[in-house]
Amino acid sequence: MSANFKNPVIRWIDHRLPVFSYLHHEANEYPTPKNLSYWWNFGSLAGFMLVVMMASGIFLAMQYTPHVDMAFNSVERIMRDVNYGWLMRYIHMNGASMFFVVVYIHMFRGLYFGSYKAPRELLWQIGVVILLLMMATAFMGYVLPWGQMSFWGATVITNLFSALPVVGKHIVTLLWGGFSVDNPTLNRFFSLHYLLPFVLLGVVVLHVIALHRFGSNNPIGIDTKGPQDTIPFHPYYTVKDMFGLGVFMIFYAYWIFYAPVTLGDPDNFIPANPLSTPQHIVPEWYFLPFYAILRSIPDKLLGVLAMFASILVLLVLPWLDRSPVRSGRYRPAFKWFFWMLAFDCAILTICGKNPPDWIWSPLSLSIAPDEGQAGISIIAMGQLATTYYFGYFLVILPLLSIFEKALPVPLSISRPVLGGGGSHAAIASAPAKNLAKTMEKL
Amino acid sequence: MGAKTLLLKGITALVGVTAILFVAASPKHDVHVEKESWSFQGFFGKFDQAQLHRGFQVYKDVCSACHSMNLLSYRNLQEIGFSEAQVKEIAASVTTMDGPNDEGEMFERPGKPSDRFHAPFPNEQAARAGNNGALPPDLSLIARSRAGKGFGAYEGADYIHGVLTGYKEPPADFKLTEGMNYNEGFAGHQIAMPAPLSEGAVTYEDGTQATVDQMARDVSVFLTWAGEPNYESRIRTGLKAMLFLIAFTLIAYAAKRKIWASIH
Repeated sequence: MSANFKNPVIRWIDHRLPVFSYLHHEANEYPTPKNLSYWWNFGSLAGFMLVVMMASGIFLAMQYTPHVDMAFNSVERIMRDVNYGWLMRYIHMNGASMFFVVVYIHMFRGLYFGSYKAPRELLWQIGVVILLLMMATAFMGYVLPWGQMSFWGATVITNLFSALPVVGKHIVTLLWGGFSVDNPTLNRFFSLHYLLPFVLLGVVVLHVIALHRFGSNNPIGIDTKGPQDTIPFHPYYTVKDMFGLGVFMIFYAYWIFYAPVTLGDPDNFIPANPLSTPQHIVPEWYFLPFYAILRSIPDKLLGVLAMFASILVLLVLPWLDRSPVRSGRYRPAFKWFFWMLAFDCAILTICGKNPPDWIWSPLSLSIAPDEGQAGISIIAMGQLATTYYFGYFLVILPLLSIFEKALPVPLSISRPVLGGGGSHAAIASAPAKNLAKTMEKL
Repeated sequence: MGAKTLLLKGITALVGVTAILFVAASPKHDVHVEKESWSFQGFFGKFDQAQLHRGFQVYKDVCSACHSMNLLSYRNLQEIGFSEAQVKEIAASVTTMDGPNDEGEMFERPGKPSDRFHAPFPNEQAARAGNNGALPPDLSLIARSRAGKGFGAYEGADYIHGVLTGYKEPPADFKLTEGMNYNEGFAGHQIAMPAPLSEGAVTYEDGTQATVDQMARDVSVFLTWAGEPNYESRIRTGLKAMLFLIAFTLIAYAAKRKIWASIH
């Protein structure tokens, strides 16, 4: 399988260390379904963002001082006196948001087209681990500038662990390195913020290895049946990714150059002050849905567990959705529930952003403090949305696997328009069989 | 393609509804901040240098009596068009404590361009003692920390202008705490700072009439610059980056079309 390289130096090296053969096999020849849509661009974009974050972060770390008395001013020094320091910092802080935008779209892509189903369960689970690592890294990174929101965000989030019985208090002391968020906290967060991306990189490598085992899923959601269904990754998808990267970079650059602090909180331009609590402590936008789930449960421990469960439930998703049809295109009922989930996450974001006792009035389309106006409180809205979120995974998907009648699935990628034939009928009737089985058990 | 259109429709609806909800969700403050139009706004925005000079004069003659600007050095003023000689002169107009010298003594000397803006109080306690218990905040980042939150929010300059021009007679039923001042632009409408600006408080060198509104505008713009001295180079660089990226994307698109021509 070693490729024929023309360059004698490369041939010499490759004979002894077959990295070039490996790259050729995994990046050039790598057979990819020919029908991937632009939704499949977001995986490579996520990889790109990881590299951007690591590169810009390394340069920022050269100028940053992880000490409570100096952190804030060292960041301002980067903004004011370091050559193009402002650019590095805006790339990095908006990069965090862009990374989450890309990864969330990547995940919803997987949810809609059933990319988590056999044989890609592990690929999906590794992805969930990547998400968790990203969240931890982003959270600790946000603490480093040591502004008001950094400090109070760190205080609120680390305090969550104190809800865990027995070990909770000890975990919090360990996170803080003392008995409050202070210099030791900042030091360990900086250390871990530098470490975790490299762990993340390792897990991304596993993600790619698992991906290359069976190749990409595709919008139709059926396996490739032979060479007529695939094209080599290079040049077809390298050039398509390049175009997607251009469009994405324009979007990214808009934030960097024209709205660099819009996604952040103005309070973080005030140095951390343990004696003055901001009026509203709100996490960054990418954590808002989870924050809303946390707050929608009155009990602290259960709230914390629900928040973690909202991500961990994704680990068992491949076994909750038993429908043999992967792509949402051929699942008429699933489609609707899926888009409602996307909408639900938007609602959760809004709930996380606003104070829980405020009221959303459908009439005036405004969210305001409770002054007796007609409407629904943010907390109630969050509870409804949380119910749907878990309902989607734990109730709707398992039930759909039984009751939904899927549309005929094409026979192959090359002939997607041809209906008829036996295989799609077999797939479509599978839910009926499942139902029959269930009835037998009863 | 039914599936594709449905997907597109779904996304459009989602983006639309989310946008509506987000606009609706921008929290209401108990102060109304009037949005003004500023020369630095927009893709081609620019600071008005004469206005920055006037704004600095307002800071120097009025604000600096109580407010520090710890993140700025006198040398930074060269970035807004003061000459090196002017900056030296401005810096030398204050006396600052330095040392210890070779004998171990602290000594006073005239300010240098590399010095930070001279702070009116040596420490927080002194500042509070001199201001009825209130702490006048450092103004280096005031325009950034007081800006509105989220999309389409008001500028920090809008907020500063609103506070500086917000001093009014309190309504008859308003209970004003002893030593506080009524201000329409400040949350809670009570502010410790007495009205700092009065008609003609400074005499502008360029002959501009020093109305309260004019001085408030000028110093708001100066503080906006001070909050992000690299602001102009940021949006200038942005323009170049955007042009490059658009060209890059068009070429990538052409290449994609050409390479994929045989597949479609």
